[in-house]
This record gives sequence, C-alpha cells and structure tokens, in this order.
Amino acid sequence: MPVYNLKINGKAHAIEADQDTPLLWVLRDHLDMVGTKFGCGIGQCGACTVHIDGSATRSCLLQVSMIEDSEITTIEGISEDGTHPVQQAWKEIDVPQCGYCQAGQIMSATAFLNEKKNPNRSEIRDAMSGNICRCASYNRIEKAVELAASKMS
Amino acid sequence: MKKSVSPSFSRRSFIKTSTLAGGGMLIGFNLFQACKPEVAPPVDIAKLNFNDFNAFIKIADNGMVTIFSPNPEIGQGVKTSMPMLIAEELDVSWDKVHVVQGALDTKNFTRQVAGGSQSIRHGWEPLRQTGATARQMLVNAAAARWGIAPSECKTENGVITNTNGDTLGYGDVVKEAAALEVPEKVALKEPKDFKIIGKDASNVDVEKITTGQPLYGLDYKEEGMSYAVVLRPPAFGNKLVDFDDTDARAINGVKDVIKFGDKVAVLATNTWAAMKGKKALKANWTSDDKLENTEDHDKILTDLLGGSEFNTMRSDGDVKKAFAAADQIVERTYESPFLPHNCMEPMNFFADVTTDKVRLVGPIQTPAGTARRVAELLDRKPEEVSVDMTRMGGGFGRRLYGDFALEAAEISNLAKKTVKVVYSREDDMSAGIYRPAIKYRIAASIKDGEITGYHLKEASVNSNMYGLIPNFFPAGAVENYQVDVANYNSKITTGAWRAPYTNFLSFAEQSFFDEVAEILEKDRIQLRLDLLQKVKGTTDERIQYSPERLEKVIKVAVDKSGWGNAKEGVYQGFSAYYCHNTHVAEVADVVLENDIPVVKKVTCVVDCGIVVNPLGAKNQIEGGVIDGVGHAMYGDFSFKNGEPQDVNFNTYRLIRINETPVVETHFIESDIAPTGLGEPTLPPAGAAVANAIKAAKGIRLYKQPFIKHMKTKAPLG
Repeated sequence: MPVYNLKINGKAHAIEADQDTPLLWVLRDHLDMVGTKFGCGIGQCGACTVHIDGSATRSCLLQVSMIEDSEITTIEGISEDGTHPVQQAWKEIDVPQCGYCQAGQIMSATAFLNEKKNPNRSEIRDAMSGNICRCASYNRIEKAVELAASKMS
Repeated sequence: MKKSVSPSFSRRSFIKTSTLAGGGMLIGFNLFQACKPEVAPPVDIAKLNFNDFNAFIKIADNGMVTIFSPNPEIGQGVKTSMPMLIAEELDVSWDKVHVVQGALDTKNFTRQVAGGSQSIRHGWEPLRQTGATARQMLVNAAAARWGIAPSECKTENGVITNTNGDTLGYGDVVKEAAALEVPEKVALKEPKDFKIIGKDASNVDVEKITTGQPLYGLDYKEEGMSYAVVLRPPAFGNKLVDFDDTDARAINGVKDVIKFGDKVAVLATNTWAAMKGKKALKANWTSDDKLENTEDHDKILTDLLGGSEFNTMRSDGDVKKAFAAADQIVERTYESPFLPHNCMEPMNFFADVTTDKVRLVGPIQTPAGTARRVAELLDRKPEEVSVDMTRMGGGFGRRLYGDFALEAAEISNLAKKTVKVVYSREDDMSAGIYRPAIKYRIAASIKDGEITGYHLKEASVNSNMYGLIPNFFPAGAVENYQVDVANYNSKITTGAWRAPYTNFLSFAEQSFFDEVAEILEKDRIQLRLDLLQKVKGTTDERIQYSPERLEKVIKVAVDKSGWGNAKEGVYQGFSAYYCHNTHVAEVADVVLENDIPVVKKVTCVVDCGIVVNPLGAKNQIEGGVIDGVGHAMYGDFSFKNGEPQDVNFNTYRLIRINETPVVETHFIESDIAPTGLGEPTLPPAGAAVANAIKAAKGIRLYKQPFIKHMKTKAPLG
C-alpha cells in the first residue's frame, strides 16, 4: 500500500492507505481523530467538514492521494483548548442537542467567518445551508455564528 | 390535572450509601424499584454497579458532587436536566456538580428507556427525593457532631449552618453521614424556593461536543476490532439466493466475508475497506411474493378506509344517528408517506461475543430489551449479556429498535472476533424501521351550526394508534364520537417515529377543524375554545388532556403571535395539540416569495408544567417545531418493488437552515410537575403551516409533503 504524507493540525503524519481512501476515514480509523463525523458519504450533509488550506471541504469525498501538499485542519485543531471564538459562541448559545453534526457546523462557520466579517442573517443562512442538523438546532446555529462574528471582529 | 401515581417505595429500600475507600460518600439509588436487600454501593468508584442501581451520587471530601448517570442521551437534554433535580434538593450550587456518563466497562447499565418524552415526568419525584435524602443525612451528621437537633440546621450551597452561626461543608461530614441510617421521611422544597430548577443550564457535554472528543457509538473503538459493513436484501421481501465474494475479498484490508440469514457481512481493518468490500459483493435475490409499491399501499389504505373492517378504539353516543340527523356532513381524507428517521449518526454497534460473555457497546435507547433479545438470539444466559450505552447522534425512535445490535452480536459470534457494525447512509435509509404510511378520514356531522358528531378512521401500515391517543381532543368535546382503526400487514418494517401517530394525526385533526370553522363561518379560535368548554368538568378518566390548560396555551398564542393583526403580506395559521402530557399551541407566519409559501416564524406556547432547564427546553421546542415544519414540507419516501426510492440526502430532502423559521417560545408559568418536551411541539407544526398556506394561497392541503402537493389543488375527500 502506498504511503501518504499529510499535514494535519500542523503535525506531519505518514499514512499507509489505498489511494482512494477518503480523508474522513483516514482521520477516524487510521489516526483516531473522531471529531470529524460521518453522515452521508456523498458531500450532502456537512458532518465531515474540515479545512483544506483554510477552505471548508467535505472530507468524505476527498481522497487521501489528493491532499499531500495541503494544510489540513480538523475540529481537534482549530484551537488548543476549545477557546476558538466559534467554539465559545457555540457553548454560550448552548447550540447542541444530540451534537453529532456540530463539529461540521463549527468548521463551516469558522471558514466562513475567516472570509466574511460581520455577515448579516441572510448571508449566515446561505453559508451554513450545506450542513444538516437533524435535531434542527438551526435557530441557535444562526445566533452562534452571529455571536462568533462579533467576537472575531 | 390528575395526580400521577408515583411508586411509593420506602426511601430506605431504594437508596443505599457507602463510604468510599478514597474518601467521600457514595449514594446509590434505584428509581423504579426497591434495591435488593443484600446489595450495597461499592467502596471503589471504579466498580460502580449499574445493575442494581440506576445512578450514583458521589460527595467528595472537598464537597464536590459527581453524579454518575447512565441515562440514555439522544439529544433531548435529560443528561443535564435530571441531575439538576438531584442537585436542587441536595442544595448544592450547580457549578460544584459534575455529571459523568456511567463508565463503559461496568457489567451492566441501568435499565432505562429514552422514549415517549417521559424521562423528566417519571424522574421528577424520585430524583428530588434522592437529593433531599442525601441532604438530610449530611444535616443529621452535622447535627450529631454539634450535639443539636437536625431541625436547628440549615443548608445552602453545600454548607450546613446552625443557629450559633457555626458552619460545616458537606465534605466535612461525608464520612459520618455515609454511616448513618437512611432517613424514612424527608421534606421536598416548595417550587418558590428552587434555585437550580427553572434556571438555564448548558448541555453537560457541550465542551466535548465542540472540541470533537469521542462520545458517540461511531467513535467507540477497541484494539483489534474489525469494521463490518453489511449487505442486506435490497427490497423488503427479498431473500438471498447466492453470492460471489471473490472481488470483495481481493480488496486491501478485507479480512472476512460472513453470511448470516439473508445478509452478508464484510469485515475489514477499516471502515472504507469494509464499505468497498460490500459494494464489490455480487448477490442474487429472490422473493416469494409480489414486492410492494407505494401505489399499492395508496390503494390498499384507501380501500381500508372505505371498507367495514375496523377496530373501534373509542365510541361515545351514537355517531350513526348523529350523521343520519345532520344538516351537513364534512368529510376529508389526509395522507402521509412513510418516513425514515435519518439520525445524523448512522446506526452502528460494537459486539464482543466470546464463550464466557456477550459484550455490546453502542447508541441505543433500549439497552435492557436489546440484551434480552441478544441472549435469545445467541441462546445465552441473560446474565452473560451486557449492553453499554454511548451518547447517541439522534434517536427520533429509531434507536428504540436493537436490530443493528443484534446484527453485531450475530456477526461477532460467527466471526469469533470483536466487530463494529457500521451503516452507510444508504444502509441506514434503506434498512429502516419507518414511520408507517397512514391515511385518516375525518367526518363531522353538523346540525343547526353545531358539530354533533365526529368520526375518525385510521388506515395504517402494520400497526395503529395505541394507548390514550383515541382519547385525545376532541374526545369528550363532541357528544357522538368514534375512532376506528384498520391496518395492512406489510413486509416493510415500521415503528415509532418522533411523536408516533400524533405526528400526523395532529395535522389531520387541526387542519380539519380549521376547515370546519371556514365552512361554518365561525372564528377558528372560538370554535376550538367552544369545544374545549364542553370538556371542562369531565369525569372520564381516559381523558388526560386538560381543557383549561389547552385553552390557556391557545389564548396566550393568540396574544403573543399578534393573531388577527398580522402585517400586510403575512399569513397566519393556527394549531393546538396535546400529547406526551404536554399542551402546545402554535401559530405559523407564512409569506409568499415568488408565489411560494415561506414559513418565516412560528410562535409556540407550551405548558409542560415546571420548566426544569429553560435553556435546554427551548432548544427542544425550537427543534421539535422545525422538525415538524421540515417533514411536513419536504419529507417524502416511497417504495418501488419493495425498494426505497431515496437512500441519501441528494434526493431525500431534510429542512436546512436557509428554510428555517424563527421559533418564538413562550412557557405557561406553572408549579405543576414537569412533563416531556422531546416530542410534543412537533405534531402541531404541520397544521399551523398548512392553515397558514390556506390563508396565503387559498389551497387547502390534505397530503404531506406539502412541497409535492402545493402546486395543484388537491381533490377533496
């Protein structure tokens, strides 16, 4: 099996995997980084969202062979201790119900807010529409992104 | 309000204490039955025994309180709200309380079920009594040390004070308290004295959730385990003839291929290899009977409604007579499709079957029932089987069924390996235990402008409404009243889906009354209030909804939503419903954007008794309402030759954030014991939206999903 050199959360990893293995399963099964969630496997739900060179990307469709030169960031890597403004906003608003989709939501929100300062509600709703929350904690996601934006500006 | 009958176990028999070897006091308690006389809580915190106790409270030497609660958490917040009840009566500050899910390596977890929005309702008395008992023991210990009567002591925030002003922390007296006898009688606080109940508390797992730490079943791993992905019959009714696993076995990482029943499991060293292996299997299927189609169900259910084979669930007066004497009869039929649950975390389970034990770990709402079924399946003694629970990435009813745990046990048993069964989204949506497709036909007889008779018929797949549902509103409000049910036995597996039956029945009933009001040219709110007036003072024990409480939520919803005074271009729809012991009224505000109805806001008024954790409660309410709106608008699921036609989110539509209304929540202030919130705000949402769409577009909707039936005027009846 080929070996791929990945840079995840600033750390180098040598991964032995088939070339078509999605990053999602490399993270979860090979590296025991289970914060990135499996939801649909076809890039529709956003539970597996990570950052590739700062952009929100669905890791379930991203083959390990395509990302050797990229900076990969996961939920475990956006802050040392859970104090990223987006994580803080999520806690202050008490967003999660079952919580399963929330790592993906946080990763989408973080990438969005890095690009867009002080978004309005409608921009937030558009930006977050790729992430499904089956518990429908959407009202709070909206508020938490707004709060995080104010913390980041 | 009827008094709920709570089990009157003596506190002495359901609470036991011990002194921990490492210091501190441990209180073990059993909520639903007396503990066996010989059992005692362990002296080692690593050996908590969830077989004999539901949960434990540890009070450390430094006064810190840890609650070990193995209660199933599916996202409804009971892991936060139930410990709040203990902490309230224990009289400690909430920031000194730490909640830990019971350790996974204990022999057995508590025998509890999360479902039916009953956790808080059933835990209300016993959890507070447990906290109060522990508090009393600490007070008794302090009083003994001071040589005074316990009645001369007060507690606040974990500190005991006597009339001389001396103080002792709980931690100072735990050792003595643990050795005392458990008091027989303790006083509970008055609601006005609550300090924790009624205050916002964050989800106790929020730190782990937002930092991506392992919590869920899919995150659970053991060294050397295999990942198993299962090929199941593609159609309900299919049987496996044979299969070729040559290509599957050639895939890197695939270790084994195992047939069990009509299924084939591919075992691999990682999930991706197992998924690829499953796709590479070539299988042939057969079926004995004709495979089912949605069109067939449609016809069968319509025929059942028009037939004469019914079970009567409730009958008051004489519906036939009332209808014969009517000036006018209004009859409408309402139709819903099957629905998959689609928990965000697909089904999964870990199993380790060896000659001396069967160990299962995963996300499940019914650990006890599942352990029993696994014991039967593998012909093992019940005491050899343990089921440990992880946090669940959603439940919605799906995780009441242990089918996935049974698969894991069977595969592990055959493979002689530890395995973790993982469903893909396609597996999850196509091997479902769906909400059944249902049709309701409601008829009302009208005489001199009044509703004299109400006849509800249900035609459903596999099973029918149960329990007290036939006694919900408008039972008791209409003199001649009848509920009849019929069902069709299908091979498609069906079961509980968030607010079973009422999730659609509420839409039918609340749409019907809205239309009857239009036909009678009556005010639609007044029509409901007039009906409720007739239920007041009923002596019918089967009627558990309160007309007064339902009336109150209706009136507050009218007030808070600005009913009747909506802004230009905003159309409102009303709905009110009682289920899961909670009374709810909702008003949907709809606007037209390019002539398409868009739900902008839902005002939701809830009477759930005392609100234990408003922050968590509002989250449940917002989620329930949006879930109800989403599935009514978009949820569609059909079968062709026994096969589900949608198996992933590219074609199966779930509501997304940009389609979501703002939910405005109002609670009715109350000092009545709390009732559930996981389900009851979902059912009224569909009718509130449908009634608003009627106001906006003049189209009366009879079928879900609305998106499919909104464009053309649906035929009446």
